[in-house]
Amino acid sequence: MTYSSDAQADTMITLDHVEKWYGAFKALHDISMSVRQGEKIVLCGPSGSGKSTLIRCINYLEPHQKGEIRVDGILLGHQAKAIDAIRREVGMVFQQFNLFPHLTVLENCMLAPMRALGLSKAAAEDRARGLLERVKIAEQAAKYPAQLSGGQQQRVAIARALCMQPKVMLFDEPTSALDPEMVKEVLDTMIGLAEDGMTMICVTHEMGFARQVADRVIFMAEGAIVEQAPPAEFFSNPRHERTRKFLGEILNH
Amino acid sequence: MGKDEFVFLLVGLKWTVVLSAVGFVCGCLGGLAVALARTSDIKVLNKATAAYIGVFQGTPLLMQLFVVYYGLALVGFKIDAWIAVAIGLTLHASAYLGEIWRGSIEAVPRGQTEAAKALSLKYASRMRDVILPQALRISLPATIGFLVQLIKGTSLASIVGFTELTRAGNMISNQIFQPLTVFAIVGLLYFLMCCPLTIFGAHLERRFAASTR
Repeated sequence: MTYSSDAQADTMITLDHVEKWYGAFKALHDISMSVRQGEKIVLCGPSGSGKSTLIRCINYLEPHQKGEIRVDGILLGHQAKAIDAIRREVGMVFQQFNLFPHLTVLENCMLAPMRALGLSKAAAEDRARGLLERVKIAEQAAKYPAQLSGGQQQRVAIARALCMQPKVMLFDEPTSALDPEMVKEVLDTMIGLAEDGMTMICVTHEMGFARQVADRVIFMAEGAIVEQAPPAEFFSNPRHERTRKFLGEILNH
Repeated sequence: MGKDEFVFLLVGLKWTVVLSAVGFVCGCLGGLAVALARTSDIKVLNKATAAYIGVFQGTPLLMQLFVVYYGLALVGFKIDAWIAVAIGLTLHASAYLGEIWRGSIEAVPRGQTEAAKALSLKYASRMRDVILPQALRISLPATIGFLVQLIKGTSLASIVGFTELTRAGNMISNQIFQPLTVFAIVGLLYFLMCCPLTIFGAHLERRFAASTR
């Protein structure tokens, strides 16, 4: 990858020789990568390849054991202050939505801005309603998550993350738990977000999304980055055997 | 049984209610502390509370009341019987509620904690706003069940000579020689305390279930 020298200035995330173990099992092998501001990355690879683990390290849901992770210049150490600072800048959307079931859609979106950013109730509600509008679900604000479809829940989860006004969004297989007919509404929301210039790292098997949105596709296997390329190149001319095999499996069914 | 005897029973009932209420309120506070310590990442707290729960779950309530009642007197604390009993019940309830709530905290899906962390909510907010409200719902049947047990458990205070409902009944029965009548009334009074709680618990469960559906 060759990026211009001023890339350094607008680098949003860097991982430098990051390694992670679960006990004796090495989950991440010497991962180095950087993500520019506004860049859209799609991470793919077979299950167990460490792609979810990788993005979960970026906001310290999983601690890494070696190497350096920086987000917007902040070094992710193991001390609470840096972790907290990074989590305020990094939003995350989960495969299982993980909405808070005892709170309404609106309350789900208001909680973190009030508690973590100290917004007043009125300001938090304003912001929440605005973002629910943006994910086209404003009319469901008073409902509880269990009353919504999977696609609607995931859109609420995206709005909830956006309420923190993050600089980076991480998506951990956001459409994998959805019924097929609901995948599109979530992808459309993500595409809208990408068009607005959000820095995004998406773990997904939606190759159509990767083609349309990604600036770069990163392929991982067995905890290591195997190859990375712009989507056109990645899909038409994969360099590694491992990548070809994976693409063969995922595209031909 | 005359009016005076019945009033005497009601005075006993009052003490049963006081003991239950003190035991439950203090036990809830203690139990919350135990549950949080038990689920924390701090190893010392974990082990200490595990041992505490083990001791209080592994010994009869009666022994616990004896030890507190005579033990405190032995080390020089001159306190009323009812305070000794209240302390014993609190320690007992803290252990049981702590264990019940530990289980319910751990039963809240991991994804909830992860989502709260990803939203940069700190421990206090994660617990208060996200985990505990859900854990409370999960624990409701067991918590109400334990409260009912605790009310009935206060009858053991009679053994250390404290005049609550059971001991009041015993005394009246010895005076008027109508044990069946007296203890039927005593039993009915216990039932009147416990049954509404059970119904209230079921009502709360239904309400919680409705609000998330």
